[in-house]
Amino acid sequence: MKTETDTKAVDIDRNKGDFHYKVEYAKDAGYGLSDKTVHFIADVKEDPDWVREFRLRGLKIFLEKPLPTHWASKDLEAIDFDKIRYYLGPGTQAKRSWDEVPEDIKRTFERLGIPEQERKFLAGVEAQFDSEAVYSNIKKAVGEQGVIFVGSTEGLKQHPEIFRKWFGKVIPIADNKFSALNSAVFSGGSFIYVPPGVKVKHPLQAYFRINAESFGQFERTLIIADEGSEVTYMEGCTAPKFNTATLHSAVVELVAMKGAKLQYITVQNWSSNVFNLVTKRGLAHEDAEIKWIDCNIGSRLTMKYPGVIMKGRKARGEVLSIALANDGQHQDTGAKMIHAADETTSNIISKSISIGKGRATYRGLVHVPKHLKHCKNNTECDALLINATSRTDTYPAITVRGTGNAVQHEASVSQVSAEQIFYMQQRGLSEAQAMSLSVNGFVNDLVRQFPMEYSVELKRLIELEMEGSVG
Amino acid sequence: MKKELTIENLHVEIAGREIVRGLSLSVPQGEVHAIMGPNGSGKSTLAKVLAGHPDYTVIAGKVLMDGENLLDLAPDERARQGLFMAFQYPSEIPGVTIANFLRAALQSRLPEGEELEATDYYAKLYEKMELLGMDRSFTSRSVNEGFSGGEKKRAEILQLAMLEPRYAILDETDSGLDIDALKTVAHGVNSLRGPGLGILLITHYQRLLNYIVPDHVHVMVAGRIVRSGRKELALELEERGYDWTREEAPEALLR
Repeated sequence: MKTETDTKAVDIDRNKGDFHYKVEYAKDAGYGLSDKTVHFIADVKEDPDWVREFRLRGLKIFLEKPLPTHWASKDLEAIDFDKIRYYLGPGTQAKRSWDEVPEDIKRTFERLGIPEQERKFLAGVEAQFDSEAVYSNIKKAVGEQGVIFVGSTEGLKQHPEIFRKWFGKVIPIADNKFSALNSAVFSGGSFIYVPPGVKVKHPLQAYFRINAESFGQFERTLIIADEGSEVTYMEGCTAPKFNTATLHSAVVELVAMKGAKLQYITVQNWSSNVFNLVTKRGLAHEDAEIKWIDCNIGSRLTMKYPGVIMKGRKARGEVLSIALANDGQHQDTGAKMIHAADETTSNIISKSISIGKGRATYRGLVHVPKHLKHCKNNTECDALLINATSRTDTYPAITVRGTGNAVQHEASVSQVSAEQIFYMQQRGLSEAQAMSLSVNGFVNDLVRQFPMEYSVELKRLIELEMEGSVG
Repeated sequence: MKKELTIENLHVEIAGREIVRGLSLSVPQGEVHAIMGPNGSGKSTLAKVLAGHPDYTVIAGKVLMDGENLLDLAPDERARQGLFMAFQYPSEIPGVTIANFLRAALQSRLPEGEELEATDYYAKLYEKMELLGMDRSFTSRSVNEGFSGGEKKRAEILQLAMLEPRYAILDETDSGLDIDALKTVAHGVNSLRGPGLGILLITHYQRLLNYIVPDHVHVMVAGRIVRSGRKELALELEERGYDWTREEAPEALLR
């Protein structure tokens, strides 16, 4: 049954991220986590005292808090925190030019197409390799507008007056066990500040690459969009397939000041050994808008519920999410919308696809307290099951009190039928092409809201996943 | 080699029940053959098995398309080799527009590395739509989603026109159509008739054959062809019903 068209579809580099090079790390914290690990990281990074203390508080809380397995997946217990390396760095600062990035690391990003994308359509790029950013640059014109785009370490040292004000405020250390872990060992991630009224036309992009085996990546991102400014940030992630588990546990805090618009886009394509346990939340002031676009493909287990706290009147929060759970994967994703002022509106659209024995879970939290007026929430979650063994669960928790608040919730589950596949095959499409077209159709209305470059990338990733899932 | 779709002594079963029971038929390229028959005679099963539907098992017989064994090929390979089936109940594909669907279908026929030329594609698409009296806004609607019966059938014929197969099976294309829709669909099919296309027209009613006049008519009862003739046979069936054909094939009723 192998034909030209089958080969063609496979020809798109199926496992684009599945490769790794042997790299020498100048700074290695070794295996396991203790206060020694934390001090090692703080020493390497030459942290100011307040950061070292912050880390140690994080460690203490991490060790005290139990795993959330009373409501979450028992699979979390498979993580052996003693067999993970918490810091691997080159011992040098991020470079401003690709020419200065060490050859063995540069070729990784070249293979992932990052420098090319930067030239084509990005306003700035940060490339993180294991624990540290190896490259960080912003287009001159954007920098001249006063936009700051640096790594978290650089941010906290060079801009403490902005950084400290918001760092750990949107997501406190003790928010959950993994936010505490991140607080203890964080390294890398971006710090972005957009001055009042500045509209950054093109996206700023960060690329997170895990190269080492038995490694934990703990980037920390803080983005502040000052009054009336606009910015789009995009993150991409990949890791090679190792036999041992890899941990990715980021914390991302967004702050949109009065009237600002902040858009955060994630297209993750983790390999199936990665535990991806990420805390993401934004704080939207008066008339500000925070939008999360979240595409979760790959990983062994992803637990991620981007949230928006609408603190000011007329603030808006939005989460558009797509999760694709292939065989052996569990995508436990959703959204949190906390309404904390009058006339705030939130919108959640979640689409999940389960393939084979893949499992997709939607968890949503919408909270509108009694004293508020004229708040609105719209929640839609749709699930598509590809096979009879595929699984989907929905746990929407919506508490809306008070009068004059409106909430709307819709959920659907559909299945790709054998008749539908046969119909498409009768028109000449292979089974994999037919499935990938069905899946793309299912997410189509959502993907249309994405910036073009990312919708193309996402479509391609879906095709690759479907190619691999058909025998 | 003869340019024809050849079915030889075909036996087909589903869930252990034999539905097609020794059917033989040839449709030369350039001709229109109609298969008529009462409900349950196996007409739609024949259409589906020719297209390669996975639910049906061929237990004996041969199907050749221009001499090539069709039964060895997967459904999508048959399609790309030039076999088309217009479905009686076409599937909906939510979120996939007709334009994108047909584009993917045409792209699947191109050799590796070759891209469909977008402007030529749309020019051809609009031309065929005009032929079928379809509004251009149709292209941006999801395939069959929320279509009326007539729109679904027109969309099937549009796909036939775009994919340019060597052989087309039209399974009850007249069902659920009012007279105006029927005329439009028939006009579309007639405009595609020509030396490069063999058509197998499956229908319960003679009505369609007033508009798509066949070269040959076959009567199918209980899984086989019991009579073949020229187009006049259809009129005879219209007058006398199917009962007399059963009498002429008594062994076919022994189930």
